[in-house]
Amino acid sequence: MTNQSEERPVHEAASYGDTSRKRFIGWLLGTSAGAFLGAVFYPVVRYLMPPPAAESAASTVTLAIRPEDITANTAEIFKFGSRAGILVRTPSGELRAFSAICTHLSCIVQYRPDLGHIWCACHNGHFDLNGRNISGPPPAPLEAFTVNVREDQIVVSKGD
Amino acid sequence: MRRRGPLGRLLVWLDDRLGLADLGKLAVKKEVPVHKHTLWYYLGGMTLFLFLVQVATGILLVFYYRPSAEHAYESIQFLMAEVEFGWLIRSIHAWSANLMIFTAFLHLFSVLLLKAYRGPREITWLSGVMLLGVAMGFGFTGYLLPWSELSYFATRVGTEMAGAVPLVGSFVGRMLKGGDEVSGATLTRFYAFHIWILPAACFLLVAVHLFLVQKHGMSVPPDVERSGGAKGHMPFFPSFLLRDLVGWLSVLAILAALAAYFPTELGEKADPFAPAPAGIKPEWYFMFMFQTLKYLPAHILGIEGEVVGIIGFTVAGVLLLLVPFLDRRVSGREDSRLFTWIGIGVILYILLLTYLGYTADPTI
Ligand code: FES
Repeated sequence: MTNQSEERPVHEAASYGDTSRKRFIGWLLGTSAGAFLGAVFYPVVRYLMPPPAAESAASTVTLAIRPEDITANTAEIFKFGSRAGILVRTPSGELRAFSAICTHLSCIVQYRPDLGHIWCACHNGHFDLNGRNISGPPPAPLEAFTVNVREDQIVVSKGD
Repeated sequence: MRRRGPLGRLLVWLDDRLGLADLGKLAVKKEVPVHKHTLWYYLGGMTLFLFLVQVATGILLVFYYRPSAEHAYESIQFLMAEVEFGWLIRSIHAWSANLMIFTAFLHLFSVLLLKAYRGPREITWLSGVMLLGVAMGFGFTGYLLPWSELSYFATRVGTEMAGAVPLVGSFVGRMLKGGDEVSGATLTRFYAFHIWILPAACFLLVAVHLFLVQKHGMSVPPDVERSGGAKGHMPFFPSFLLRDLVGWLSVLAILAALAAYFPTELGEKADPFAPAPAGIKPEWYFMFMFQTLKYLPAHILGIEGEVVGIIGFTVAGVLLLLVPFLDRRVSGREDSRLFTWIGIGVILYILLLTYLGYTADPTI
């Protein structure tokens, strides 16, 4: 009971208070709280964001597979930096290479000897031997790489 | 009510400090309406029970699990093959997760069709839908942890979908993956989500949800209300709770049987440089979305098909969250047939697409 009678004058003082001063105090508190939260959460959000990975500068790789190891109508997955590529030997014996990352939702594609073209198991996407998306959900062709055979080495490079 | 004896005195001592008698009064006052739909009231408690099973088995799994791309798969192999009852704990964790999501879905749809979301229970509904979201987050992050081939590609697809959301997508995608690709960094991150972030969110939401259920009591469906209200009431304590208990013990028995007869498999270890296997599929509760993506053409009105699908699912999720605010008729105690039909439509769509997901030939 004694508490209440002690509190009342404080209440009244507040309600008589200068409104512009009250508004200023409110603004001060609000901005400091905002700044405080910002100062806490900005580093946390930045912390959670992974640092950008160094793009592998390599635009050319020499494969561990030798040309004669890959027979017609088969394919191999290879590492292109940190990404996957697919090396196809077409039924007619030509070597071609593409990015193996499906343009739909980035599963790794595979070669289907029964169909004679590239296929993505995830949502049944099909690509022809030029990497073009021919059916299913993939919206774009697979990135094509250039294949060079130098003696018994296969060299795959980006760009033309 | 002063009791005698040392135990009585201890109770009195505790009561003076904790106010136990008030809690007791609260428990005695709580009642559950009895009518033809009373059965559906048990689903929420069932989901909560399964969640507690998840907490218990999850804590046990942490003793052996090692969250890195090099060790995760091997640590689970060890757990399944060498650790005594390791297979049991892991299988119960996996089965209970599935059952929990299943009962959560049933709970959601029963609340939707019985219109239990109408005022003043809007926030109960909001917290419930968010809890379902958290549960699916648990499923999504937990699926990757064994680092098996299937889970690896399901996660690639899942995070890529999150990354395809307009505006925030690339930020969310990188934040989830911990880099540009699904890698060991993703595994560690998912582990952090799975055992710290999501449980914390879950406990908070469950607290809000339960507090509100306690505050507002059980909702009586409008059709029961119109035909003269509930037949009667049963006390929550002990009548309802004992019935709950029967359900929980039965579920525990079912879990044990499922775990013993169908122990969870591990599959092949993930290899980021191997083609996605032909049978790739997500957990069953994501299947309807996964299957929808298969049927969407590459481009719809010039926009990539999967982006359309993802926007569609996002909008559907937001609409689901807002149901109590959209369904204006039910708040006026009127019949809201439209929302019943939409609810049934959604259930049928999910059932059909899930069925197709498991039966359609994935290779043609
Ligand atoms: S990820 Fe290849 S078809 Fe979807």
